[in-house]
Amino acid sequence: MERLRQTPSQTVGPFFAYSLTAQQYGYPYDSIVHHALLGPATPGQHIYITGRVLDGQGAPVPDAVVELWQADAQGQYRTAPINPREDDGRDFTGFGRVGTGTQAGAVFRFETIKPGAVGPGQAPHINVTLFMRGSLHGLRTRLYFEDEAAANAHDELLSAVPPERRATLLARCVAGGGLPGYHLDIHLQGAEETVFFTL
Amino acid sequence: MEPVNFDVQPPHLYPPYKSTILRSPTRPLLPVRELLKDLSLPVFGESVLQQFDNDLTKNARVNGEPIGERIKVAGRVFDEAGRPQPNVLLEIWQANAAGRYVHRREVHDAPLDPNFLGGGRVLTDREGRYSFYTIKPGAYPWGNHHNAWRPNHIHFSVLGHQLAHRLVTQMYFPGDPLFEFDPIYQSVPAHARELLVARFRMDWTDPEFALAYEFNIVLGGHHQSLFE
Ligand SMILES: [Fe+2]
Repeated sequence: MERLRQTPSQTVGPFFAYSLTAQQYGYPYDSIVHHALLGPATPGQHIYITGRVLDGQGAPVPDAVVELWQADAQGQYRTAPINPREDDGRDFTGFGRVGTGTQAGAVFRFETIKPGAVGPGQAPHINVTLFMRGSLHGLRTRLYFEDEAAANAHDELLSAVPPERRATLLARCVAGGGLPGYHLDIHLQGAEETVFFTL
Repeated sequence: MEPVNFDVQPPHLYPPYKSTILRSPTRPLLPVRELLKDLSLPVFGESVLQQFDNDLTKNARVNGEPIGERIKVAGRVFDEAGRPQPNVLLEIWQANAAGRYVHRREVHDAPLDPNFLGGGRVLTDREGRYSFYTIKPGAYPWGNHHNAWRPNHIHFSVLGHQLAHRLVTQMYFPGDPLFEFDPIYQSVPAHARELLVARFRMDWTDPEFALAYEFNIVLGGHHQSLFE
C-alpha cells in the first residue's frame, strides 16, 4: 500500500485568536465555533465547565486554545454537518472552542450538556484538545466527571491510566454560576501532570 | 533505494524553542487508539463559509486593497494512504506583508494594513482540493533569543474526519534564508522539513495577477505503527 509521510505538527503560536476565536476576542471576523456547544432547548442536563491550563511553574497559560468534542445526552456524537448560519439555536454541535486570553486568571469556560455514555465500558466524558505557544503538538486528553464514580470505575480508558494519575482527568463539581458546574485544571507538568494521549 | 523515514514529527520538548521547556509534557503519552469507541470529529457544512473567506485580499477591505504581493495558495489534503480528504476545514492566519499581526498582543514595530486582517477559512472539495488568495506574509522578530526572526509562514488549523486528523501546522516558502535560524522550523526532523515548505508553481499562477504555491497536507496523527 502506498504510504505518504504525515505533515509535521507546528505550534499554534501566540496569534491565533483573530482567526480561530475572533468573536470571543473581539476581532472583526466571525467565528464558527464558540464556548457554547448547545442551544437553549438542547435536551439533557445543562452544565458549564471551567478550567485552566497550568505550566511547569503552576502559572496559568493565557494564550492556549481549548477544544471540546463530546456526545449528546444519549451518548451519540453529532454526525450531521454543523451549519451555524442555518441552525435554529436548539441544535447541539458537541464541539466548542475557547481561548484562555479573555477571562481573568486565564480561565476557560464552556456551556454544554452532560454527555451520555457512548457505550458499555464508557463513562461520560469529553474529548479535550489543547494548542498553545510553546507546544509543538496538539495535546489530547479527556475530561471525566467526579460525580460519576460508579461509571468511572468501569471505564476502559480510565482503567488504563495508572491509578495514582486518574484524578488528573476528573473535573470536580463547583457551586454557583446558575448551572451545575465542573472545573478541571490541566497541568502540563509537575506532580499533578495531566495524562495526555497519543493515538 | 533509501527506506522512507515516517518519523516526521517534532518532539514535545525542544529546548532551543524556549517556551517548550515549561509547556511540554514530561511523562510518556498514553496510547489510547485501541480504547476509543468513537473516532469521529465534527463535520462542517458549506454555510460556515462566507463569500470572501477564501480571499484574504478581499475579506477585510476598508478603503482599498491590502499592500503586498498577492499570491494564491492551493493544494490537496490526503490521509496517509493517499486518499483525498473531502470537506476538511482549513482555518488560516498570518502576518501582513510587513510582518505584522493584527493580534493585540503583537508588539513588533511594523505597520498594520487597514485593509488586511490575515484570517480566513476554506473547506476542501470532493477531491480534497483547496485554494485561497492572500498577501505573502513578511518575516517578523520574536523574543525567543537575541535577534530571533520567524521565516515567512502561514498558520494552518486542519480539522479532518477522525480524531487523529486534527492538525495545527505552518506552511513556509521555498528558499527562506531564515530556516536555519528558526527553532520552530528546526524542531522537525531534518529529513521531514521539506514537508512544511510550499512548492512554487509557475504553472498554477494567475497571469498578471498572482503567483502560486502548492501546499499539500497529509493527516495521520502521531502513531508510528499504522502500517506495520
Ligand atoms: Fe506566526
